[in-house]
Amino acid sequence: MQKKRFMITVDERLCKGCENCINQCPKKVLELSAKLKAYPARQEDCIGCLRCEYICPDFAITVTEIKGDSNEN
Amino acid sequence: MKTEIVLSYLRKDKLPHIWCPGCGHGIILGSMMRAVHKTGWKKDDIALVSGIGCSSRTPGYVDFNTLHTTHGRSLAFAAGIKFSNPRLNVISVMGDGDAVAIGGNHFIHAARRNLNITALVFNNYIYGMTGGQFSPTTPYKAIASTTPYGNIDKNFDIPSLAIGAGAGFVARSTAIHVPGLDDIIYQALNYDGFSVVEIISFCHVQYGKRNKLKTPLSMIDWLKSIALPIAAYEKLGEEQRRDKIPIGIFKNIPTEEYSQKYIKEIIDPNKSKDSILKDYCKAKLYDL
Repeated sequence: MQKKRFMITVDERLCKGCENCINQCPKKVLELSAKLKAYPARQEDCIGCLRCEYICPDFAITVTEIKGDSNEN
Repeated sequence: MKTEIVLSYLRKDKLPHIWCPGCGHGIILGSMMRAVHKTGWKKDDIALVSGIGCSSRTPGYVDFNTLHTTHGRSLAFAAGIKFSNPRLNVISVMGDGDAVAIGGNHFIHAARRNLNITALVFNNYIYGMTGGQFSPTTPYKAIASTTPYGNIDKNFDIPSLAIGAGAGFVARSTAIHVPGLDDIIYQALNYDGFSVVEIISFCHVQYGKRNKLKTPLSMIDWLKSIALPIAAYEKLGEEQRRDKIPIGIFKNIPTEEYSQKYIKEIIDPNKSKDSILKDYCKAKLYDL
């Protein structure tokens, strides 16, 4: 069975850099950028648990599942 | 996956909201929108009423029929809306000071009358917007701007107060137990009668900074350490219970709703409930 892959998008207009998502992520996917906004540093590690979406008070994070096989070669 | 649902119910031009970075109120707002989405109600069939305070900024961001009223009178206005148009689903959003300090009387009497209103109490243990004064729910020995030597008052237990006043659905959850909170709010919205949900939020700016919990992370860890499911809480001894708070549904029994009862017993005792409601709405030019 192929591993599910997810894409994380952060709306920089809404993110306030509170670090809630960074602290709650079990795989440490997110990090704080130089602009003090969260960004997905290790997106391939995401397991799609949606903790960041649930804990984000500013509705800035969206996790979407990547459908299709772009990985095969 | 879930953020799109939340954003579809918000006034996007009003975002970002005014709450501090990391505030629990934003998390609760998201949870509330997911619960409303699950009920399948139309936006125009919902009225969201609030009083004054941080939590009461909620209606400003939500795309329903919204009302921002005077301090503590959120439930009074909500009762008025429910009476004039019983077809609306009325949700009342209050802070802890709003619900049990200034609006304490409205709270207990709304619970006693059992109108079909969902009361959500965002409890962050402090008056956050006005500068961190202690509220009736501030824990024992906690430091607030008006209790620099620690609070010696006993704090309110909102679910016990609501049960004592006669509410039919009483529950408590926290801002960090999010999927569970969605479910509890969903059940409260669907309940036919007065439903109270106390939601423990966190204020790291006004409450946390004075109580060694300065960051959202430390407040989240603190909430995780004190919140327990009701079953686990009941197994604890008297000594261990002191610092813990039980979360879950305390009471959920079917009750007779007030506006239905009013129509049935005062307006016309012979007609069926639905036909009376239909006539009532027709006379008021509402489409049912």
